[in-house]
Amino acid sequence: MVDSLHRVLGLSDEEATKIGDILKRTPNPLELAMYSVMWSEHCSYKSSRLHLSRLPTSAPWVLVGPGENAGVIDVGDGIAVAIRIESHNHPSAIEPYQGAATGVGGILRDIFTMGARPIALMDSLRFGSLDDARSCWIAEGVVSGISGYGNAVGVPTVGGEIDFDSTYQGNPLVNVLCLGTLPKDRLVLGRASGIGNLAVLLGSSTGRDGIGGVSVLASAGFSNQVDVEKRPSVQVGDPFEEKRLIEACLEIFDSNLVVGIQDLGGAGLTCATSETASRGGVGMDVDISAVPQREPGMEAHEIMISESQERMLAIIEPNNLDLLFEICAKWEVNANVIGRVTAGDKLRILDRFDGNVLAEIPASSLHDDAPIYDRPKKKPEENKTVSSEKLKVKSDVVSDLLSLLSDPSWVYSQYDHQLFLNTVVGPGYDATVLKLRDPVSGLETNKGLAITTDGNHRWCAVNPRVGTKLIVAEGVMNLSCVGAHPLALVNCLNFGNPENPEVMWELSESIDGMAEACEGFGIPVVGGNVSLYNESSGVNISPTPIVGLVGKIEELHRKPPGFELLEGNRLVLLGPSHIDVGGSLWSALHGLNSGELIDVDLETHKVLADLVRSLVSDGIIDGIHDLSAGGLGVALAEMVAKSKFGITVARIPDALSLFGEGPSRVLVSINSENVNELLSRAESANIPTTRLGLVGGDRFIVKDLIDVPKETIDLAFLTQLPNALGVGTVSA
Amino acid sequence: MTATVGVAVFPGTNCELDSIHAVETLGGDGKILWHSTKNLSGVDAVIIPGGFAHGDYLRPGAIARFSPLMSAIAKFAKNGGPVLGICNGFQVLTEAGLLPGALQKNNGLKFLCKTVQVRVETENTTLTRKAEKGMELSLPINHFEGNFTCDLDTLNSLIDHDRVVLRYCDNPNGSIDDIAGVCNETRNVVGLMPHPERACDLLLGSEDGKVLFESLLGSN
Amino acid sequence: MRIGLAVGVSLVFSVLVDVSLRKGIADPAGSTIERSLPTLGFLGVRDVGVGKTIRFTIEAEGEEEAKNKVESICSTFLTNPVIEEAKITIENTDQVEGN
Repeated sequence: MVDSLHRVLGLSDEEATKIGDILKRTPNPLELAMYSVMWSEHCSYKSSRLHLSRLPTSAPWVLVGPGENAGVIDVGDGIAVAIRIESHNHPSAIEPYQGAATGVGGILRDIFTMGARPIALMDSLRFGSLDDARSCWIAEGVVSGISGYGNAVGVPTVGGEIDFDSTYQGNPLVNVLCLGTLPKDRLVLGRASGIGNLAVLLGSSTGRDGIGGVSVLASAGFSNQVDVEKRPSVQVGDPFEEKRLIEACLEIFDSNLVVGIQDLGGAGLTCATSETASRGGVGMDVDISAVPQREPGMEAHEIMISESQERMLAIIEPNNLDLLFEICAKWEVNANVIGRVTAGDKLRILDRFDGNVLAEIPASSLHDDAPIYDRPKKKPEENKTVSSEKLKVKSDVVSDLLSLLSDPSWVYSQYDHQLFLNTVVGPGYDATVLKLRDPVSGLETNKGLAITTDGNHRWCAVNPRVGTKLIVAEGVMNLSCVGAHPLALVNCLNFGNPENPEVMWELSESIDGMAEACEGFGIPVVGGNVSLYNESSGVNISPTPIVGLVGKIEELHRKPPGFELLEGNRLVLLGPSHIDVGGSLWSALHGLNSGELIDVDLETHKVLADLVRSLVSDGIIDGIHDLSAGGLGVALAEMVAKSKFGITVARIPDALSLFGEGPSRVLVSINSENVNELLSRAESANIPTTRLGLVGGDRFIVKDLIDVPKETIDLAFLTQLPNALGVGTVSA
Repeated sequence: MTATVGVAVFPGTNCELDSIHAVETLGGDGKILWHSTKNLSGVDAVIIPGGFAHGDYLRPGAIARFSPLMSAIAKFAKNGGPVLGICNGFQVLTEAGLLPGALQKNNGLKFLCKTVQVRVETENTTLTRKAEKGMELSLPINHFEGNFTCDLDTLNSLIDHDRVVLRYCDNPNGSIDDIAGVCNETRNVVGLMPHPERACDLLLGSEDGKVLFESLLGSN
Repeated sequence: MRIGLAVGVSLVFSVLVDVSLRKGIADPAGSTIERSLPTLGFLGVRDVGVGKTIRFTIEAEGEEEAKNKVESICSTFLTNPVIEEAKITIENTDQVEGN
């Protein structure tokens, strides 16, 4: 049994041999456990790292790129922005409330670890279809978990997106993005230095949370019988602990007490101690008896691998210890010296300082020596093209339109989205807009930050490369719609099992598409997260890269135009008319997900994005909506549902024109006096325009296609989510 | 003279800086009052802001009421000092017995963050003296436990003595008699669930909260 | 941490406090559970009430003293008498704590 311990821990025979070569001896079970978590897919990115290196990551304003806890960019005025997105898919599938709550907690720590105050959260959520009871239960639990943790921790959830599709049945996606601001000169990095400096563990005590596969070590002789008392438990979040931890850490940073700091996330203490040591080129001694334990009788490997929440590891000079203890006492945060920075490069785990050595590993070997795999890739069989004629025949335009409408306000009304008085445009629009304030004085800069998260698995299932390009392009256009220009991108790549060559091909293609788009638009990728093995019952999810973009608004003096339509406004469509049903929401409604995806012309898209940004910042238009899933029909209906008036439009001859999807298209609503200005600006930019009709009355009229009362649209929009999720559900 | 408004901070409070921002926008001075202090000298009015004092564990406000600061605030209120509890602050004031009733979970059993219309029901409080009775204000709410409840005798007494300060135009949480805010007998302690500090800037959607802060700042 | 008694030998009691909403106070969580039970096929369930339980141990010289202390803790802290009431269960754990 002991011979195959590495296999039980998820290490391959080759990986075990490599560990033996690094140590020049046989690793003991504790060491093996530490390697197994650090070399897991989750921590090492061993299947994706090779491909991720193709993404562009630099720009003059990038202060910290991928590889640290969060990306950091310079946004001017002495202010830096830290941003990161991370998945918590698998924990949310098992315990939706706590899975989502701890996802929020984890991403917050990544941000304040950098010295930034977290000021905004966004969530990109994917669940199974609304007619599946378990998927609804998961969705309800995840939303409650985000609400319960995010609100109580005191960081507003200012936006995000939600989608339902049977591909996520049994494997929901919970991707959480966090953004923070910091004075540029307060940037803190997760590295240890200074021989004799101390490693102080801040926050919660350590329990058997999330020790997962390593729990086999807890059972004597590694038999199948696992002691019930020693079963790993689900991670439970404590937003109150995290709130105090945030305030304590920010005060510690302000007092200049730390040399480096690192949050405890995946692989717990093993990761935090080895990462800080290896980044700083030093060694570290860790006294596990000094780690406060929540349960009696915890073993060394449990302490080193536990994923208990709300913990940070601060590296400080010994003469600052009393001041640090003082700040921690004020915020009622536990602080214990658990480690010492040592000369050399060894991470040593001891039963007490200067006591027995339980493990001794070159710190950097846990990261730098992790395996990198070039897994086999295979392009799947070609999809069959869907005939739009076929869709036309069997579909009823009105009922299709009503089925495609869904108002996410049921979700975001459960999130505090206004705290800190920054939220100029909140959830439910193309992009969120926040005031950019000085992080220390709180003074307004009269500039704004815009954030958007975007993803579309339907596009990526048809063509992962083009689909991912389209997603980045959509993010860019969403930022333009609120008058912002893009500064940085973070991504969360949610894919299936990488050992399946077709999944590996999807991942590689998607990364290439993202790289192409980011290079085309000049956007650096400053951070990312890869979530693989998203599968249930052996079926992989559709490829779902999610991107988060942050942009800047140079002058934020008025609220950007939203979806609201003003009476008498003219509706004009900007952009090419090239559309198809491939990967469209409409074809998915009819159970089809294939066909052609129209590629985006990056140059045209950039010109349109510039035009849109100028229209918004010059205050020429009253309403705007980027065309995305559901095409023109859904965009029109969403604007009507958010307004007091109906519309009458023409030049939409058929269902395909209404629901087809294509890149680089934006719908604007504009005062008749400004129409000529709009048309001439579009003409000089060589952007095609279509005058669709006008705003007024109380009906939704698409000439020769649809004529229904506005209330019909409103009702369908407002009731879909509450009807599916809100009634008859019982909160935990 | 500029009014100095003390803003209470318990571990878990999160609207303290927003409240100070609103006070300072309207010409007052904001001052943080840490929960362990008993010193309110130089303070002309007190705000207990929103958030999750002590994590809202046990019940919202149940632990905060025992802090040294709360005894000082109770004394301050007894001497006629203006005290405003917003959201979690309202919950703390009811737990401390400075205001009647209690705040239960919303009847929809969901946290609610949205902008609602409320109606000013009396001008005779430290918070509404510059407002007009019947005036409708657009204010954000942001709570899970905002469902005001009390027994019938208390309700009748609140009504008879003109102590209902704000009512919801469209009740979002099941509060008895649509009550969004009440005051104490001496009308210097007011608690309300909506967040007026979030409604002092048109760029954020509403300026209707200003009249309430103007009343508070001018009330001493 | 010790509560109360400073001298002598005290007994340890285990305490269960069952906090529920007072009669007549709306219980939306209870009503929601009651409403959803029939849709899950469970019929005939009535009077669903949702509360919370709080468990701890307490030292006292005897059961009477333990009961008085717990009642005082409940009325000042663990319940809000405006809306809640508590049912207290006390058991002697047969442990003796010396000081």
